[in-house]
Amino acid sequence: MIDLSNVSKTFTLHNQGSAVIEVISDVSFAVAPGECVALTGASGAGKSTLMRMIYGNYLTQAGEIRIGGLDIVRSEPRDIIKLRRDVLGYVSQFLRVVPRVPTLDVVAEPLRALGVPADKAQDRASALLTQLNIPERLWSLSPTTFSGGEQQRVNIARGFAHTYPAMLLDEPTASLDAANREVVLSLIEDAKVRGAAIIGIFHDEAARDRVCDREIDVGRFTPGMAA
Amino acid sequence: MTPLLSVQGITKRYGAHIGCADVSFDLYPGEVMGIVGESGSGKSTLLNCMAGHLVPDAGQVVFDTRTDGPRDTITMSEPERRMLGRTDWAFVHQHARDGLRMGVSAGGNVGERLMAVGERHYGDIRDKATDWLGRVEIDASRVDDRPTTFSGGMQQRLQIARNLVTGPRLVFMDEPTGGLDVSVQARLLDLLRGLVRDMGLSAIIVTHDLAVVRLLADRLMVMKSGRVVEAGLTDQVLDDPQHAYSQLLVSSVLQV
Repeated sequence: MIDLSNVSKTFTLHNQGSAVIEVISDVSFAVAPGECVALTGASGAGKSTLMRMIYGNYLTQAGEIRIGGLDIVRSEPRDIIKLRRDVLGYVSQFLRVVPRVPTLDVVAEPLRALGVPADKAQDRASALLTQLNIPERLWSLSPTTFSGGEQQRVNIARGFAHTYPAMLLDEPTASLDAANREVVLSLIEDAKVRGAAIIGIFHDEAARDRVCDREIDVGRFTPGMAA
Repeated sequence: MTPLLSVQGITKRYGAHIGCADVSFDLYPGEVMGIVGESGSGKSTLLNCMAGHLVPDAGQVVFDTRTDGPRDTITMSEPERRMLGRTDWAFVHQHARDGLRMGVSAGGNVGERLMAVGERHYGDIRDKATDWLGRVEIDASRVDDRPTTFSGGMQQRLQIARNLVTGPRLVFMDEPTGGLDVSVQARLLDLLRGLVRDMGLSAIIVTHDLAVVRLLADRLMVMKSGRVVEAGLTDQVLDDPQHAYSQLLVSSVLQV
């Protein structure tokens, strides 16, 4: 489902003496449907960078990243947008939303973008928010004023609203209490059962051991960091 | 799929000075494209060339018309282009008073565009106008008031209603949230996003506000000195800019 071959990335900082930083070189791996793979490595190893490259958020200088057959390194913006709408979900660590939009609509939005009618999308959003223990009295408020843990859960609800065949999870259990962590892990397990291919970053080792089938040490691909 | 708008080699000079040079891109149905750059980078010149307000020195602006398929709007006759401007195209000005008739009631402002495309039944026109005022969150009781009595944010929303009432397929926007205070901006952004999604609109938005493009635009073009220096997916250009000028632009935003 997700297939990387010989992927490399450099950053060129034109305004800081044109410094060229090699972040990742020559990564190849594949994730099958129903499989969850963890990216591991020390801080700065390039885990989030690699994840952002797979999402098309960072440009990839060399290699191929195929998701459901589409090579996103060489795709037009409109194809990547379509892929993100239908196929590829991403739960980032930060919630980025239009201010003043109610939480319920924020969570329902990925479904609305797929053409799901408003009431059905909101039903699904309500179910997820309930499952993630966001009190109903907050649903009509914008999540921008919520606590860190609440924002994280809204972000997760939004990320799981649509049943994406491929998902990227950046520390989905960070800043959650035990009960909510359990809910998130079961959402991930459900996604695997329905055949989603998942790549995750987990600093929470117990969570990683429970949901991930394999680990990939990103440090191996980081020039200058390999032991 | 046929692009809704295909822009090829648009160049506009002001004497020896370059307004914009050799700009080309395709816009597909449902896509929202942002154009950013500092003042004087040529983004408004480009927008005005595309929308038929300025005649470019070179290039084509091919629009996929409903009846005749792709047509170059630069070489089409003035009446045809004007008709396009009243039906399939809309233009939202930065200053609402440039896009509104300040001496005519709010309802009249919206109704006028309907009459321009042949609607004649007063009751229907008034109903549609009232419906659109509601969609842009202007109270129906204000339908007979003139826009001079409206706040800046309300005027901008009225301008949007006036533009969208005829169901255009392509909207040109020049700094649509410029000059509004931030709380009004947020509401307008939310409104525009909903309208774009529900009506399947395509839009080209010129702005210098990177936060606005991040929230509204699927794609982004960065302009400097009349030329496009970088283009791509909005979040990719903002989070991993490749060109020296884009990097400078993104890193210059003040954090709040």
